[in-house]
Amino acid sequence: MKRHLISAADLSRDDALLVLDTAEELAQIASRAVKKLPTLRGRTVVNLFFEDSTRTRISFEAAAKRLSADVINFSAKGSSVSKGESLKDTALTLEAMGADGVVIRHGASGAPHRLAGWVRGSVVNAGDGTHEHPTQALLDAFTMRKRLGDLEGRRVTIVGDVLHSRVARSNVLLLDTLGADVTVVAPPTLLPVAIDTWPCSVSYDLDGVLPKSDVIMMLRVQQERMNAAYFPTVREYSRRYGLDAERMAALPDHAIVMHPGPMNRGVEIAAEVADSVRSTIVEQVANGVSARMAVLYLLLGGSEPAIGQEVSQ
Amino acid sequence: MVNAASRPERPAEARAETDPRPKAVLEGPDIRRALTRIAHEILERTKGGHDVLLLGIQTRGVTLAERLAGLLHDVEGRPVPWGSLDVTMYRDDLRMRPARALGRTELPSDGIDDRVVVLVDDVLFSGRTVRAALDALNDLGRPRAVQLAVLVDRGHRELPIRADYVGKNLPTSMRENVRVLLAENDGRDAVLLGPAAGAPVPAEGAQ
Repeated sequence: MKRHLISAADLSRDDALLVLDTAEELAQIASRAVKKLPTLRGRTVVNLFFEDSTRTRISFEAAAKRLSADVINFSAKGSSVSKGESLKDTALTLEAMGADGVVIRHGASGAPHRLAGWVRGSVVNAGDGTHEHPTQALLDAFTMRKRLGDLEGRRVTIVGDVLHSRVARSNVLLLDTLGADVTVVAPPTLLPVAIDTWPCSVSYDLDGVLPKSDVIMMLRVQQERMNAAYFPTVREYSRRYGLDAERMAALPDHAIVMHPGPMNRGVEIAAEVADSVRSTIVEQVANGVSARMAVLYLLLGGSEPAIGQEVSQ
Repeated sequence: MVNAASRPERPAEARAETDPRPKAVLEGPDIRRALTRIAHEILERTKGGHDVLLLGIQTRGVTLAERLAGLLHDVEGRPVPWGSLDVTMYRDDLRMRPARALGRTELPSDGIDDRVVVLVDDVLFSGRTVRAALDALNDLGRPRAVQLAVLVDRGHRELPIRADYVGKNLPTSMRENVRVLLAENDGRDAVLLGPAAGAPVPAEGAQ
């Protein structure tokens, strides 16, 4: 059976916990002299990046290499894509190279789903348009669990540009699976129309939600996707929805501050908050490698994938 | 005196034909005596057990390593470091089954470099788990020496591996299955010998 990780909703509660437990064991590798396991020796993982990304691509590359897989990096710039090659033709080229796993980032929502129907290997979504970014949600859940323990009943607040955020959607779905209570906070213009179908509550008042949050996750204001005026000025957004030191002081003592990066310091998060002890931003990057190692191992390590969903076209 | 540990059981083939139910070949006190003897042998072989580090292979090997560490402490009056080793990622049969959950690898803080590492496992069979453990050790450091202690050696090696300390030699047939139960994991201590899963069970009255 061929299974993929395209949406955070592809993971059952047991799957998600298996990924998090596996990531916890794999995190130890980072502190060893030999940071490598022989598990995926002889398997090929292709990193297919049609959109710019530093941390996700490097993170997937490090994860695959620590598991001894052969890694082929493909970025749209300087490839035949700039000559007009279609996603399908690119996929068929990869297929001819015998990729066991394909990690794809694409500007179009749904591209990983289409790709899954064209290739024999397992597809991992590394961010598609404004749709999903499931491994980011896994590393965020992993970071929360390390700092706060079990996520059952934990209150997580996600603040900012939910409309354009694949991180928000994946996090809401995964955190709901794991039993956390999620609240999204955003200006009405930056919430998707169908937000009432998401398994979370909605608020427009950040200050009211802060004292009741165990985790506060600040989303990046995605200037590159904003081709309309979603809020009057950056300064006004920052004043109403940005996290500064004063707002951080309103959080409970144990609460943590997260950000998927890259940050706009001074817009959604103040520099002093980003650099405070409550911020897990640097930790999230390190945890990303462990979470992605766990996903690659569970999808590619055995005779068949242990997690994920099949795709019907 | 004949060493009880090395005296063979009655022929394995005959036993498998006649009794389809698992049978206890070692009970709690036998296991305790075997471990006590292994503890003394370790001290003898390593001249007092300096530098010894016991590493149990997940899952029941870890329980046995902890018990052995306690016994060594009782005899020598010195704590002996012990830890756990999960060899899943190093197994050669990973691709024959779906990927499975990982166990914990926990080493004492000063690592395994220049120690005499005694690997501890419950059953020695094909030797493939021990091979995986040796590979894992290779990535964790450079021990001065590696030895192997097992509660049961059931034979049928597929690799050139042998144990340094054996609780009981148990000749078996491939149609049999050996299960070690330990109080910490299973609620009681016993070594059970029964038909392997999927092996043909002789029909009632076939003998």
